[in-house]
Amino acid sequence: MKKAQLKENLYRWFFGLFAFSSLIFLVGITIILFKEGLPLFKEINFFNTIAGRYWYPTYEPPEFGMLPLILASFWVTVGALFVCVPLGVGSALYIHELAGDRQKAILKPLVEILASIPSIVYGFFGMVIVAPLLQDWLNLPVGQTAFTGSLMLGIMATPTVCSIAEDALGFVPKGFREASFAVGANRWQTLTRVVIPAAGSGISTAIILGMSRAVGETMTVLMVTGGAAVIPKSFFQPVRPMTSTIAAEMGETVIGSTHYHALFAIGLILFFITLVFNIVAEFISRRFRIKLGLGR
Amino acid sequence: MKRGISQRLGFFSLFLCMLVTLFFLGAIIYFITARGVSAISWEFLTQVPKKAMTAGGVAPAILGTFYLTLGAVVFSLPLGVACAIYLCEYSPKNYVVNLIRISINNLAGVPSVVFGLFGLAVFVKFLDFGVSILSGCLTLGIMILPNIISASQEALLAVPQSYREASFALGATRWETIKRVVLPSSLSGILTGVILSIGRVAGETAPILFTAATFYMRGYPNSIFSEVMALPYHIYALMTEGTHPQQQRHIAYGCAMVLLILVLMVSTLAIIIRQKQRSKYG
Repeated sequence: MKKAQLKENLYRWFFGLFAFSSLIFLVGITIILFKEGLPLFKEINFFNTIAGRYWYPTYEPPEFGMLPLILASFWVTVGALFVCVPLGVGSALYIHELAGDRQKAILKPLVEILASIPSIVYGFFGMVIVAPLLQDWLNLPVGQTAFTGSLMLGIMATPTVCSIAEDALGFVPKGFREASFAVGANRWQTLTRVVIPAAGSGISTAIILGMSRAVGETMTVLMVTGGAAVIPKSFFQPVRPMTSTIAAEMGETVIGSTHYHALFAIGLILFFITLVFNIVAEFISRRFRIKLGLGR
Repeated sequence: MKRGISQRLGFFSLFLCMLVTLFFLGAIIYFITARGVSAISWEFLTQVPKKAMTAGGVAPAILGTFYLTLGAVVFSLPLGVACAIYLCEYSPKNYVVNLIRISINNLAGVPSVVFGLFGLAVFVKFLDFGVSILSGCLTLGIMILPNIISASQEALLAVPQSYREASFALGATRWETIKRVVLPSSLSGILTGVILSIGRVAGETAPILFTAATFYMRGYPNSIFSEVMALPYHIYALMTEGTHPQQQRHIAYGCAMVLLILVLMVSTLAIIIRQKQRSKYG
């Protein structure tokens, strides 16, 4: 009997140990980014880096101003929101409110399939099809611009937004709708004045997670935004977001050089941006569940 | 009357949103397959690249993607399932478990290129595995760990509580219950998660950029410490490097089509398995 007890405890510890793996990796990533990124700020003042206007890592002397990269990521992400919020939330509302069971059974898998298309394929598609088309239609000097990047990122983030928003809609209690119908509202009024406000924080969680995905996306922006590290003045010029800077330049740096540390510092900033997004999303969704009486 | 019009307009705009989303899905699949299909041949799938990447096949890249995917899953599957078992079957509800949950969610949100940086600093440099299949597999494995954990958790939670109680009532210990009852009934759910992760790993590029991938190598990799060609990286490299950008382009289309079809097949398979399993539990 005692032996069996011991064995049970052993298993419990064994699984408990593995349970910490993701925590360990997360902490490990944080430590590595700090360890490899912070040396940059010993050489160059932190503020000069973040607010520096020029990113010339290979010039002599090199300049590591990250403002153009940060702004590029910001613009492209905001642009992506204009695509993925209407498409994602609209599709979620359509699937949840209007589609019949049969349509649902087709549409939901299709959205998932859109989510499973690799980012490199989006990037390739954007580079060879969308960029030339936009260049033609809008009469631009180049097709690979912040706008193209926003469009592709927006499409990529759409399924993320859609499926999370759809889950949120599913949590709205039936009674809310019935009460609204009972006072004479039609379906559209019920949707806009009762269901959407009730699912509001769930939908904002979806949007934040979509944003987080867009900020961190690498291959697509690397291939479609053109890669010019200058402060963007319009949506229709090439930009170089943070992710694509890392991806494009890490291959050519000497390990341990200032440039190498600078790229890790970008990674560090990126990591904290997505961390904040995720924590905010988690916080909102927790309050949302409590508000609707779902617990936890 | 006015209410009726706004309702119709509103519903129509939602329908449009859905339509546009589906249009993009259709457009991507259509253009890539329509232009890629001419590049596909038996030779393309089974031969090594020839004439400075302008002819021949991409077999090493297909094989490399297979190695990387397999390695990543072999690394993260046991880890992920064990973690999910602890969280669902053992976990006392306390702050430690909460901390683990939060860390899983946040690990899932880390950008793929940051995983690449981590892999470069830890596996390539610190552990000195070099740019290799091993480094790539470990990096990709850590990246999909949160997906595997969440999918396994979902699968374990879907097993009715009465199954466990019945097993306890027969005198089984917790571990026996997990091994004989819970795991077998959640197997197809875990499988779905694994298959979806396979789709994700096969298409990821950023984490292998500086940990595993190379544009060209002679022949095939011969150990886990050699560099490897991979389909997604190959597409990128064909479009941005090399000496004959024009002739390389149709090979890139072919690669994109092979990758797209592989990933679509894998995710469709996962969706079908899940559908079947849902109807099982009703």
